[in-house]
Amino acid sequence: MPVRYTSDLAEHHAVRQAAGLFDISHMAEFTVTGAAAARVLDFMLAGRISTMKIGKAKYSLLLDDNGGVIDDVIVYRRGDEDFLVISNAGNRALVAAEFGRLLGDGFVIADVSDDYALIAVQGPEARAIVEETPGIADVTPVLADLGYYAWSGGTYAGEPLFIARTGYTGEDGFELLVPNALAPALWDALLAAGAPHGLVPAGLAARDTLRLEAGMPLHGHELSTDILPAQAGLGRVVAMDKDAFAGKDALAAASTDLPVLVGLTAEGRRAGRAGYAVLDASGAPVGEITSGVLSPTLGHPIAMAFVPPALAEPGTDLFIDVRGTRIPATVTALPFYRRNS
Amino acid sequence: MTDLASLKYTDQHEWVALSGDVATVGITDYAADKLGDVVFVELPAVGSTVTAGEVCGEIESTKSVGELYAPVTGEVVEVNDAVVDDPASVNGDAFAAWLVKIQVDPADVDALLDRAAYVALTGGDA
Repeated sequence: MPVRYTSDLAEHHAVRQAAGLFDISHMAEFTVTGAAAARVLDFMLAGRISTMKIGKAKYSLLLDDNGGVIDDVIVYRRGDEDFLVISNAGNRALVAAEFGRLLGDGFVIADVSDDYALIAVQGPEARAIVEETPGIADVTPVLADLGYYAWSGGTYAGEPLFIARTGYTGEDGFELLVPNALAPALWDALLAAGAPHGLVPAGLAARDTLRLEAGMPLHGHELSTDILPAQAGLGRVVAMDKDAFAGKDALAAASTDLPVLVGLTAEGRRAGRAGYAVLDASGAPVGEITSGVLSPTLGHPIAMAFVPPALAEPGTDLFIDVRGTRIPATVTALPFYRRNS
Repeated sequence: MTDLASLKYTDQHEWVALSGDVATVGITDYAADKLGDVVFVELPAVGSTVTAGEVCGEIESTKSVGELYAPVTGEVVEVNDAVVDDPASVNGDAFAAWLVKIQVDPADVDALLDRAAYVALTGGDA
């Protein structure tokens, strides 16, 4: 995936107003199958996977024994004993290692990342584009009946196609998992079908500004093994009432006074960037920005940052140290941008 | 269309056009492409003195923050407020979107890189 095809901003706006096409084949995919698959995932991941319905998707977290976030993943239930787990590319080896530590019978875990390409179509025109793309057939359920965080099966050129209504942009959209050999043809077919709708290929820069506006965390920035889920606002993802799962004991014992993730907005055009200090009204450092940019959609700087709980209330006035210049910023509820639906 | 061969360049990817003892300074299209969409430009104050090789402004894109280095020493006699108001113009035509005009010793400009040396510096990509 390139940083950009033409212009970061043009690609960003295309996704908000029409659609963008992302090659996210770098993402890692694992299948977890067998009679014990659901039980294994209940233990591996922070959420309750065993009660998922077939056809649904669920955002979840892989925690270490200290409760830190090894990776954030999406789990798709494909059958009673058949799950697909999509994780971040950069954490593929770590996720594989965690899976590899599991002992017992009744499940098989396979890293299928090298067999499949993943193509995302994101934006208000995404559904029409996928529906109109020649070669995509047998989609069940039809996309008009497919809910958010759910998936349809189908075929492309006669081969199995997996279409998930998920994404990382804050827009409606789909992620299409296709065997490698068919990926170039599917990419070209989607681009051609999408052109009349304003679809453009979009790169990593747009992907980052889109997810940031949508308040979505990026592992390595808002999530890491040094950050507990509740700090990143993901307490709801953790099913503390499960019997046992990785990290549970540490989370139960964790302090409730740790820094928490907030949104910050500022005026002007100078954005705070990852690593810049957040200051309180007296100028004392109280936190650090994890991601920040001049929001292309909103036209003002936005950032996510960790600050003490006492300073996390929306409306709290803080400052950002932008390379020596102190810029006023206000704590705001996430996300910064929410699509009309 | 700018005659690129008539300009001087720096290894910090600025271009310099000399007219009398006033040097007009911008960033090259190569630098603009590398930065991506420029969204913020900060320029030195008119009347301030800038020093060759030192930071005198900022050029920020969606993805990164770039510093503007003064290619030569002198007093800033004019800045391009139109670029501050519309930073994307740097991506439109980097050689038209001048940033600052500096009163200089013309010999300092002569000592900068010529077009061939600058193109060589970028591995032929500029």
